[in-house]
Amino acid sequence: MVLLVLLTLVMLLGLLVTRQGRLPGLPKFAVTGLHRNLSLLAVVFVLIHVLTAVYDGYVRIPLTSAVIPLTSSYERVWLGLGAVAFDLMLAVIATSLLRRHLSRKVWRGVHLLAYVSWPVAWVHSYFSSKDLQHGILFVLALACLLAVVAGVIWRLASAARDVPRAERVNLLMAAVHHRSAAHDRGSRERTAAR
Amino acid sequence: MAEKLIVNPIDCKGHGACAELLPELITTDEWGYPIVDPRPIPPGLERHARAAVSACPTLALKLLRSTT
Amino acid sequence: MTTVTEPTMTELPRLLPAAQDGNQVQDLRAHLARYGRLPYRDRMGTLIHDIEAAGLTGRGGAAFPVHRKLAAVYEASDRRRRPPVVIANGAESEPASDKDATLLWLAPHLVLDGLQLVAEAVGADTAILYSHADRSNDVGRRLRNAVAEREAATLDRVPVQLAEAPPRFLAGQETALINHLSGRPSVPRFVPPRVTERGYNGAPTLVQNVETLAHLALIARRGPRWFRAVGTRDEPGSMLATIRRAEGQPRITEVPLGMPLKELTGDVRPDQAVLLGGYHGTWISGQQAATLTLDNATLGSAGARVGAGIVITLPADRCGLVETANAVRYLALESAGQCGPCLNGLPRIAAAFAELARGRAGPQTREDLERWCGLVAGRGACHHPDGTANLVRSALITFAAEADRHARGRCSATNTGANPGASSTPFLPIPRTTARTEDDWT
Repeated sequence: MVLLVLLTLVMLLGLLVTRQGRLPGLPKFAVTGLHRNLSLLAVVFVLIHVLTAVYDGYVRIPLTSAVIPLTSSYERVWLGLGAVAFDLMLAVIATSLLRRHLSRKVWRGVHLLAYVSWPVAWVHSYFSSKDLQHGILFVLALACLLAVVAGVIWRLASAARDVPRAERVNLLMAAVHHRSAAHDRGSRERTAAR
Repeated sequence: MAEKLIVNPIDCKGHGACAELLPELITTDEWGYPIVDPRPIPPGLERHARAAVSACPTLALKLLRSTT
Repeated sequence: MTTVTEPTMTELPRLLPAAQDGNQVQDLRAHLARYGRLPYRDRMGTLIHDIEAAGLTGRGGAAFPVHRKLAAVYEASDRRRRPPVVIANGAESEPASDKDATLLWLAPHLVLDGLQLVAEAVGADTAILYSHADRSNDVGRRLRNAVAEREAATLDRVPVQLAEAPPRFLAGQETALINHLSGRPSVPRFVPPRVTERGYNGAPTLVQNVETLAHLALIARRGPRWFRAVGTRDEPGSMLATIRRAEGQPRITEVPLGMPLKELTGDVRPDQAVLLGGYHGTWISGQQAATLTLDNATLGSAGARVGAGIVITLPADRCGLVETANAVRYLALESAGQCGPCLNGLPRIAAAFAELARGRAGPQTREDLERWCGLVAGRGACHHPDGTANLVRSALITFAAEADRHARGRCSATNTGANPGASSTPFLPIPRTTARTEDDWT
């Protein structure tokens, strides 16, 4: 659950980065900084999550099934989804660490896989253990889902309100000339008033 | 190896995180867009320059090997 | 159609038809009869040395050494093992210029020869000639006929594709051109990578002005020494110039570099003004025009450049501030709107300059103009903001006295109606329509 919440925060911060948004009260670099740092922290948490699941002794899960889907006998499909989510996450993080050497198109293409990784991780979390399916943990899991869905909707709606490139300069010309015309009117009124 | 900062003005949206992290080399104009010092990055500021590049939400700020 | 006049040097004209041919269109047979056959080398690269020896520089405005561009494309193609693309740029998006359209109308085969020769020199497998969409009916048709003639004669080794530029000021910009040919809006992209490294379809791309290719086609036939027989030592050869004076049609003339400007401007009073280089160019005073010559070495001292050879003499009865305000407004509306400084700066510069022209400027206005010109220059993906700032700054200098007059409610011009800034037909040619939607860029 802690991991799910962490990954949810990473997603929400990522959505904020795409709109060059700010976190109130924090400096501008905090958004990208937190997004990166929390995602790296999430990797650590995933490793802990995987190791505890493998070595807790309750069920037999081979270590390799953390990255190779459908190779565990326990809850084959749901665990497999976890592996898929983790693989995608590793791809996103690896390409981000190596961003300087990659083209913008490649980096962005892989990074978009986060939109696949997160829901897959959510489904994996919900169906792999019965704990998330009732009580407070269920409420938390649902809240994470709603938060990401709302975030994505906000991100798309916000982008839809952007002024199309071809219209930007016309808008600005009108605004600037309106301001100067209003100033002219003001000064003519003042002259007339004397 | 000398490096210098360049900004892709098409990708840049005037967010300003870069200027926060590297005020010695980056200031913002009256519209919020960065004015980047084009000279090679002085030793000692390299780490901060890298941080500024990472902090750009649109990846507009880049480090280029300086050929001057 | 613009009229062609013959200059005084006997070695000229080279590109334009000889006097006895008048404005006659040259078909392929007449072209070959006048200039001789198309001198293919049957080897890549060798032409580049001749072009270097000739000292040919680009005639599109930037005056970049042609051999260096050729060498860069050749080298990138070799290193990346990708056949390059060659593009003849006849977009001529500058409203005040007409020399490229005139050249394509009168001597398309020279341009097409040049295109084949550079294609051979760099080993290109694709050749494109880009002309202005507004001239589709005359120049465009002429080009289609010319290409058909050459196909029938199996003259071209690389088939030539014809394409048309939308009526945008930026359409002739190198990267905007390539974007448009690739099916995208005609807006610039950020450089690096240079187009010579990675351009059309990711291939090393040579973009050369059509006039440059015409000169090249003659250098290949007559040699570098012939090319250097006119012009100056550092800026050899001839060039096409678009001359505008008083009312009436612009004239295209072929002149040697280094020619005294006064032969192009005619008699100008010291307090009159001359615009050199179009809307990214520089206003100079009549006094300066009387002493300067048409080459970058001397024009540099006045902060001006030869550019694409546009020389406009402002009639004495016209107001330079009003004319410039119209031009700056046009330039602002033609911004691609991609880069913050240009998008924000140019509209404000246009509004402030309009105030100056209308006599409504305060002391803050000129300060703002200077500051904004400084802020926009060099901070876009292309040179549109730089060029606009250059025009504005030169206008502030050349028309300083006029600005003072306007501030006192006067204007020295008699051809602007009762009040300064009242609208009348502008002297500088400004297109009526500017970009409004995405479609206008495609």
